[in-house]
Amino acid sequence: MKIVVCIKQVPDTVEVKIDPKTGTLIRDGVPSIINHDDKTGIEAALSLKEKLGGTVTVVSMGPPQADIALREALAMGCDEAFLVSAREFGGSDTYATSGILAAALQKVGYDLIITGRQAIDGDTAQVGPQIAEKLHLPQVSYVEEIVDAGDSFVTVKRQFEDGYHIVKVKTPCLLTAIAELAEPRYMSVGGVFDAYKKEIKTIGFEDLKNLLELDMIGLKGSPTNVYKSFTKEMKGAGTVLNDLTPEQAVEAIVKKLEEKFII
Amino acid sequence: MEFGYSKEHVLLRDLYKKFAETEIKPLAEELDEEERFPVESLSKLARFGFMGIPFPKEYGGAGGDYLTYAMAVEELGKVCATTSVIVSAHTSLCAGPIYMFGSDEQKQKYLVPLAKGEKLGAFGLTEPSAGTDSSMQQTTAKLDGDEYVLNGTKVFITNAGYADTYVIIAMTDKAKGNRGISAFIVEKDTPGFTIGNKERKMGIRGSATCELIFENCRIPKENILGKEGQGFKIAMQTLDGGRIGIASQALGIAEGAIEECVKYVMERKQFNRKIGQFQNTQFELADMAAKVESVKLLVYEAACEKDAHRPYTHLSAMAKYMAGSIASDVTRRCLQLFGGYGYTRDYPIERMMRDAKITEIYEGTSEVQKIVISSWLGLK
Repeated sequence: MKIVVCIKQVPDTVEVKIDPKTGTLIRDGVPSIINHDDKTGIEAALSLKEKLGGTVTVVSMGPPQADIALREALAMGCDEAFLVSAREFGGSDTYATSGILAAALQKVGYDLIITGRQAIDGDTAQVGPQIAEKLHLPQVSYVEEIVDAGDSFVTVKRQFEDGYHIVKVKTPCLLTAIAELAEPRYMSVGGVFDAYKKEIKTIGFEDLKNLLELDMIGLKGSPTNVYKSFTKEMKGAGTVLNDLTPEQAVEAIVKKLEEKFII
Repeated sequence: MEFGYSKEHVLLRDLYKKFAETEIKPLAEELDEEERFPVESLSKLARFGFMGIPFPKEYGGAGGDYLTYAMAVEELGKVCATTSVIVSAHTSLCAGPIYMFGSDEQKQKYLVPLAKGEKLGAFGLTEPSAGTDSSMQQTTAKLDGDEYVLNGTKVFITNAGYADTYVIIAMTDKAKGNRGISAFIVEKDTPGFTIGNKERKMGIRGSATCELIFENCRIPKENILGKEGQGFKIAMQTLDGGRIGIASQALGIAEGAIEECVKYVMERKQFNRKIGQFQNTQFELADMAAKVESVKLLVYEAACEKDAHRPYTHLSAMAKYMAGSIASDVTRRCLQLFGGYGYTRDYPIERMMRDAKITEIYEGTSEVQKIVISSWLGLK
């Protein structure tokens, strides 16, 4: 089975600080990591490969710095890695990103695609499902467990707020992984040396232009655009009301909203 | 001369730190308190390739260089000196000589499982009457037909009781002095080979340090490492490499102590301010950090020269001498900055201070290192 995992290199937001002047993330000097949900996807793929055989390919769209994320994935045990990178792709929103990734995946080939549910910097959870739509693949998101798998299917546990579904899907298909799916393994020492012996192939604009909607890529082609990121200003500690029953809490909130002429 | 880490080193440092913080650090206090050998850590260390870092892939190793291995021992030493020495003794003192002097059959049979971490290694040189005076070997190995018969006692052996493979030094021909000493590979549970007393130690209390007792222990004659009479040379060359391991452990202990101390002094308040804001605290830590950095370069230089197959014996002696000294000094001074709380077992610094002391003693005392350095200087 050829399993392809899409990963994103993101700032380690545990460490990140907000610039007090602009209210935006200070990315300089912030360590970069593989997005956690994506790393879970890598682990799930490697475990599946150990059970069924096959290969694990890792793909990332990003600037050249994303190389180290791909090396880490290789050092965990992935067989090959592709970096999807070009000036033309820069500034893409989720729609544009998923278009580019879908085109890249067509070039790379796949039996099963695994993405993380969402990235910690964007938090949209859109790219995985969008890729599936663009490739006309069945998809299951919020995969908590891979229950069974064979040459032509996977059976997964799909998480909901109040329960779960067991879904059997024909491959090729796309799954999005949540943290509960797997505990990502460490790189191995030998794996790091192997990782740097392999070539990470770059997929650029020329490689994909025949497969892309050319006016829907990059900053200019993105239907959405993040205008500003900021943290909310703390206005004060607020009033804390403790030990209320749900009915009392509702009464207290409604009273406050009326006081402030909101309702 | 080139300063700088390779890309592999950078990624590996990341692996080592994360692994040490998450898998090893949480056990450190308990291992020390209970004098418990971390059996559960061994399988994790093996799984991620920590037990054969400097050996080629064809022998089950990670294919790394000695610097890569030294960095691993260092990062482990920052959080747990016990785990650090287990890896160091296994790699440098047991797998090491088999790699350097073993036949192809011996490498396939013994080195491969050691490098993969499937088996644990130990090294038996020291005896009750042969510490610094290591050539005073009383343990004998007598050739009898197809077997060597071992008799004698080893003491202070790291990993004893848990190891599967032991490299044992013994006298084969007393008349020849140092040239009458040989090295052997002995498997655990060989009839006539038993583990004796376990030492109760000041530090690295989770490390198993025991006697080895040989009573008419018969081993196949194929288990001689190298040739008869080469044992002393094998032991000395083994220790040259092992010293870099211990120097890395000591370096890690010192670095770990400074990290813990910086955290503490930026929290502890006296006289209405953090004690980290007092000049004495700052100057003490600055002095220690600068000295530790200089020792780090010496340790890394020794590892790099070994990797480059250039003479490094004097450098490994200097590295162990300096690192051992700095580990004891830094841990003591950091404990002082912790004050009263540092004296309690609620904080790791007192354990680090107890752990540090042995690095000035085992695998050649600081005095022995000075003999090696003096000899290199041409002082005879």
